[in-house]
Amino acid sequence: MDNNREFLMRRLHSLLGIIPIGLFLTQHLIVNHFATQGVEAFNNASHFMANLPFVIFLEIFVIYLPLMYHAFYGLYIAFTSKNNPGHYSYMRNILFVAQRYTGVFLVVFIAWHVFETRFQVAIGAAAEADFNMMENILSNPFMLAFYIVGVLAAVFHFSNGIWSFLVTWGITQSEASQRNATYFTLLVFIVLSIIGIRALFAFV
Amino acid sequence: MGEAAKTVLFEIERRNSTDEDSYWEKFELPYKANMNVISALMEIRRNPVNMEGKKTTPVNWDMNCLEEVCGACSMVINGKARQSCTALVDQLEQPIRLQPMKTFPVVRDLVIDRSRMFDSLKKVKAWVPIDGTHDLGDGPRMPERKRQWAYELSKCMTCGVCLEACPNVNDKSDFIGAAPLSQVRLMNAHPTGSMNRDARLNAIMGEGGLASCGNSQNCVESCPKGIPLTTSIAALNRDTTVQMFRNFFGSDRMVD
Repeated sequence: MDNNREFLMRRLHSLLGIIPIGLFLTQHLIVNHFATQGVEAFNNASHFMANLPFVIFLEIFVIYLPLMYHAFYGLYIAFTSKNNPGHYSYMRNILFVAQRYTGVFLVVFIAWHVFETRFQVAIGAAAEADFNMMENILSNPFMLAFYIVGVLAAVFHFSNGIWSFLVTWGITQSEASQRNATYFTLLVFIVLSIIGIRALFAFV
Repeated sequence: MGEAAKTVLFEIERRNSTDEDSYWEKFELPYKANMNVISALMEIRRNPVNMEGKKTTPVNWDMNCLEEVCGACSMVINGKARQSCTALVDQLEQPIRLQPMKTFPVVRDLVIDRSRMFDSLKKVKAWVPIDGTHDLGDGPRMPERKRQWAYELSKCMTCGVCLEACPNVNDKSDFIGAAPLSQVRLMNAHPTGSMNRDARLNAIMGEGGLASCGNSQNCVESCPKGIPLTTSIAALNRDTTVQMFRNFFGSDRMVD
């Protein structure tokens, strides 16, 4: 059909949130977790990731382009909704609102996070995104709080995004399957939050 | 404190016409056993005097069947969209606040124009087309269990409550809302209707269609008929996933 552009764009937005962005987020948090095993373990893991072959292409096609599409189209989606959690305070509606708030916050958080780490390496202001760099950033209690909120927001947005991905692609249809998906995504949220937060506190 | 002194308080958001600003007017009515919002509005119409004791214009509202099957009397009662005919005063917190469903154009007071819903039904082809002027005999048979299931979807009365409750149906978006989408599922489930299922699926894959759903699920929580709207939407999501691939990779065979 000729006018299904919006449909395809929404489906692409949903897909990119899981593949590759969600997978990248999971991988990123797991690599961060090396920090709990000491400075050297983290630096080795970070060095390995930063020196993958064709790393710039991996970054562009697996991270930057999908993330930017998801972020900018997501902002459009967030600002075309008229949130009403006050009168319609059902769980799914509250999660709907939270998905939009965390999404907008994450655009800011991720932009700042990339500027502070990867961008500094790119312009030569820092040799490598290593343990020291994160230790410096997180020694500021405000930055630590900002990063904790950022990690929790990202993990929430991803977990709740898995739930709506399953609905958007018609995988979970019945009320029971959607409820079970809620339990599953709650588990994803808890597990990834523990991994993410443990890694953050390993730097302080 | 006697029974005779018992009254009911109403606050009604009124306006004289679509383009005019709204204003709130308060009414205090004598309590009657088993009264509902419509009987209270009828009382105001009989004696249009507001709480300050000033004579005012009767409040306009829409109604028809008075038994929650026509969908005409939908309004926002204490913040939630529902039918006023089944809104019992005994079960409502006072003052009872009545507002029009402002997702739709407000004609006057509590009267709204639900035309967009009927336009949406046309857009999504929510009908079973006849295939000729002459008698073709019986159509394909619908299994009884499927008929019973489809009957639940057919209870939709186009009341607009699901659109009012939806955060994605608003003046910034052209989302058609849950009701017409569920009708696509109903028509596609019909053995004769399914002969044109691809046309309806392609229609809801258009601008303001299925993809604009944000899964807040307010629709299914608010539907006065208990229609499984979110299940319908998820089922259509699967159907349109298949249709999307069919459109792209499929042959020129239009239907099954």
